[in-house]
Amino acid sequence: MRKLLFESVFRQPLTERAPLPDDAAVAELATALGQAARRRLGRSLSIREVDAGSCNGCELEIHALNNAYYDIERFGLRFVASPRHADVLMVTGPVTKNMREALERTYHATPNPKWVVAVGDCARNGGCFAGSYAVVGGVSAVIPVDLHIPGCPPAPTAMLQGLLALLERADAGAVTL
Amino acid sequence: MPSLIDLTLEGRKVGQRRPWPRVVVDASVWTFAAAELAHGRWSLLGLWGEPATVHMAIMDGQTAEIAVVSLDCPNRSFPSVGRHHPPARRLERAINDLFGLSAEGSPDARPWLDHNRWGVRFPLGDRIDALPKAAPYRFLAAEGDGLHQIAVGPVHAGIIEPGHFRFTASGETVVRLEQRLGYVHKGIDGLMTGASLARGVQLAARTSGDSTVAYAYAFSRAAEAALDLVIPDRAVFLRALLAELERLANHLGDIGAICNDASFALMHAHCGVLRESVLRAAGAAFGHRLMRDVIVPGGVSRDIGADGVQAIRAALDNIRLRFPALVELYDNTASLQDRTVDTGTLKPPLARQYAAGGYVGRASGRTFDARRTLAYPPYDSLRFDVPVLDEGDVNARVWIRVREVEQSLSLIDQILSRLPQGPTRTEVPLGGEVRESMAIVEGFRGDVLVWLRLRNGLIERCHMRDPSWFQWPLLEAVIENNIVADFPLCNKSFNCSYSGHDL
Ligand code: SF4
Repeated sequence: MRKLLFESVFRQPLTERAPLPDDAAVAELATALGQAARRRLGRSLSIREVDAGSCNGCELEIHALNNAYYDIERFGLRFVASPRHADVLMVTGPVTKNMREALERTYHATPNPKWVVAVGDCARNGGCFAGSYAVVGGVSAVIPVDLHIPGCPPAPTAMLQGLLALLERADAGAVTL
Repeated sequence: MPSLIDLTLEGRKVGQRRPWPRVVVDASVWTFAAAELAHGRWSLLGLWGEPATVHMAIMDGQTAEIAVVSLDCPNRSFPSVGRHHPPARRLERAINDLFGLSAEGSPDARPWLDHNRWGVRFPLGDRIDALPKAAPYRFLAAEGDGLHQIAVGPVHAGIIEPGHFRFTASGETVVRLEQRLGYVHKGIDGLMTGASLARGVQLAARTSGDSTVAYAYAFSRAAEAALDLVIPDRAVFLRALLAELERLANHLGDIGAICNDASFALMHAHCGVLRESVLRAAGAAFGHRLMRDVIVPGGVSRDIGADGVQAIRAALDNIRLRFPALVELYDNTASLQDRTVDTGTLKPPLARQYAAGGYVGRASGRTFDARRTLAYPPYDSLRFDVPVLDEGDVNARVWIRVREVEQSLSLIDQILSRLPQGPTRTEVPLGGEVRESMAIVEGFRGDVLVWLRLRNGLIERCHMRDPSWFQWPLLEAVIENNIVADFPLCNKSFNCSYSGHDL
């Protein structure tokens, strides 16, 4: 077992493969993101993710930000368990009426200064669920949003781009990619 | 013993011809069917409503015969199935919330999806105003010395879907877990009503993000069966390719995530890399990492090119190279096994009673796999095993996933080497009169059921049933007598869908 363990630790699967075409782009984006985060916040930016009614597709791609390809923590960006530890709320979903209060409470539990990033088409305006009796339709209908990242779901690179835009333009008011 | 055929002969056959019959029955036959379910002779596949009718899909486990029985509810009520057969209870509560049809004699009349926030009651039935004030939800009582409650959610600590769990514990030991769901209810059944097939499949694909292929697949198969539509062979094979890629990606993610909850982050990291390689290959081959909106009624919206095939083959080769070592690592790590073996055990009789689908059922002795049991094309011509274990613990659910990863790798190989040439899509006729049908497709989590009725080419009623409906209650059962700290492991090993369930 121990042998295997060490083998898996030292034999880096990623370095053995030819780099994928967008790896360079991801690295460049990530560096810019890291610098922007440091400029604005010192060393780190904590993100609390809130699913306010998504199909879970957006969450799957947010999870991917943590995998070894994107490894978002290298840039001091990390996901935290409590809104009380967070600088950024990443909110997904068309905000169902059953989740509205929980989202509001999470927002109020997040200390100032804070930013809200609405991830996905649903979070922008309800997406294909807009008009249902059960959804509010868009995060900005419930709490103020600083940035929308479109996509269904947005790919991890689009989310990295979005975070970068947020950090670079956070003072300019709401940003839409 | 009456067979399902006898039952269907007693009722009045209606519209739906393919692939399974639907019959309208009276209350006595309805109740008889409920009793047969309770005796374990048949399995409940689904129970859903319309403004003045309830429907129940039943399977005879021996013969794999399936039928839908329907009961008109002129008095806005129907005899409760859940009274005899507990798996029906949450479905009946949902029917009442959406349509205002009450299950007479049900032991549990509490609302389920309706949190009194919609501004309306019975949104798909005779809509009435919401209650002026929501009554507090009554959790079931657990009484005794030294018991305490732990309330978790709806907003959880991780990046996961929202739901509420109410634990009653004695020290560290869980005495009772009760779930409260419905937080992500988006009213999909309501949005489907009156929609075109194009919009319908879009909604289906957004019912549960991790099963976007499975839902679009089941929806499209239901639509095609209703319209007597035969799709091109190439599309038939491409659909299975998409479904297996989805299964592969999700199983890889799950295996890692379960180990992560046992603090074995190394497995999580490696499985995450393999999952990502599948998503990237899928993105290269089909233009979308989760393969969303590729399956549509009539076929598939995108064909795969030579570079797509190559991307998938490369990802598969990499998994074949790396995965066995990870499996060995899992198998040989005592600290990991210590957490997964004998944890959260689901006994086979309970899995049978709830007709638990997917790895939950197959880790507890239930052999059902829609790809094999119902053998829809192209699976009827592909070679694969359906792994089954009896232990029913977290470990068994991990091993079923491991074996299914291996099966999916082999299935994808077979599909790619036999991929027929030709068109990938055919014109969808409007289908003037009323057409209805049902389809069941094996998603990564279990069987996804879609029942559909079309009128003049538009959706009159579409009901989708996620496998989670019959898995969530079992999660409540398996956590009993485990310690609170093992809940994440049990939960992750089930990985039930919230969005697919809440709809
Ligand atoms: S934007 Fe798309 S992926 Fe995200 S929650 Fe909505 S439907 Fe799901």
